[in-house]
Amino acid sequence: MADLIKVGMADYKVGRSPSTLISYGLGSCIGVSLYDPQKKVGGLLHIMLPDSTQARASDNPAKFADTGIPLMLNEVMALGASKSRLVAKLAGGAQMFAFANATDIMRVGTRNAEAVKQILRRNGIKVIAEDTGGNYGRTVQIDLNTGVYKVKTIDRGEKDI
Amino acid sequence: MIDEYDLTPIQMDALREIGNVGAGNSATALSQIINKRIDMNVPKVALVPIESVPDLVGGPDTIVVGIFLRVYGKAPGNILFLMPQKSAFYLVDTLMGREHGTTKKLDFMDESALMEIGNILSGAYLNAFFNFTHISMLPSIPAMAMDMAGAILNIVLVQLGQMGDQAMVIETEFLAEDDGINGHFFLVPDPGSLGTLIKAVGVE
Repeated sequence: MADLIKVGMADYKVGRSPSTLISYGLGSCIGVSLYDPQKKVGGLLHIMLPDSTQARASDNPAKFADTGIPLMLNEVMALGASKSRLVAKLAGGAQMFAFANATDIMRVGTRNAEAVKQILRRNGIKVIAEDTGGNYGRTVQIDLNTGVYKVKTIDRGEKDI
Repeated sequence: MIDEYDLTPIQMDALREIGNVGAGNSATALSQIINKRIDMNVPKVALVPIESVPDLVGGPDTIVVGIFLRVYGKAPGNILFLMPQKSAFYLVDTLMGREHGTTKKLDFMDESALMEIGNILSGAYLNAFFNFTHISMLPSIPAMAMDMAGAILNIVLVQLGQMGDQAMVIETEFLAEDDGINGHFFLVPDPGSLGTLIKAVGVE
């Protein structure tokens, strides 16, 4: 029986095959997965905000895209992954409530998605799949045996990306 | 200067009283609309790590209906009324005069009715609050979503997440007499608003 490892909000976990990493109920948050198909190791990060420099001091680097991604990247590489083989997939970044005069906070999902892609690019990691935006929640899981990233929703079924 | 993350027991009590007065008024309003007795618990006032807030309503993947309102005024914040899906269906059946168990999916009218409930509850809450503190606060128009609790709570948590790692929540649970409806009413003051609220009830 393969392990199912839970990743909470503003948290990340790394692991190797045959484990599966799962994170429940993402709204504007983003689930970023990294995977090395040769070594079958990877990680899943659940970020809430794009940028730690625009926030007040926090003890938790996994809350932000700019501090969380490098952190997870280091740990995945410590498990034997190579940067050149690592691929990233991401899902989430929804806007759950529609308001006519949406403030920056309401659009945080979009900003999260942009920040994640930018930071991955800066670190030389390819983004090979993405399921972001919309107005609905997602539960995401990455199977570290196959690299399949499963995105589950309530009304829109589930898909593998 | 009040340290929002280090409140004294008396200050916590003051916040609990605010929750109590507001929620009591909301419960009365709801009770009159659906013509059933509504019980509520003593409000929980707690500083909780942001990532564990979804556990208060059954975990991040529990399906809930959320009605969200932004609160404007001297002590801005957010109001979120969360109900399990089953309760929301029961409530719209009651409101629409249909037999319980009829609703399996919310249509446009149902959503509108639920948002109106959110409106009335928030209005009652903030009104009671005004009578108590003379701080006037106005709710925005409501927005509604039915989805995973974690995803819905994102909207309030993201704002708090920018300021710190903890959330101060004033939470009241409602329960209708026949157990058909239960809901959680959250008042989540913006960082900076707590001090105003505490001062307003006179316990600096």
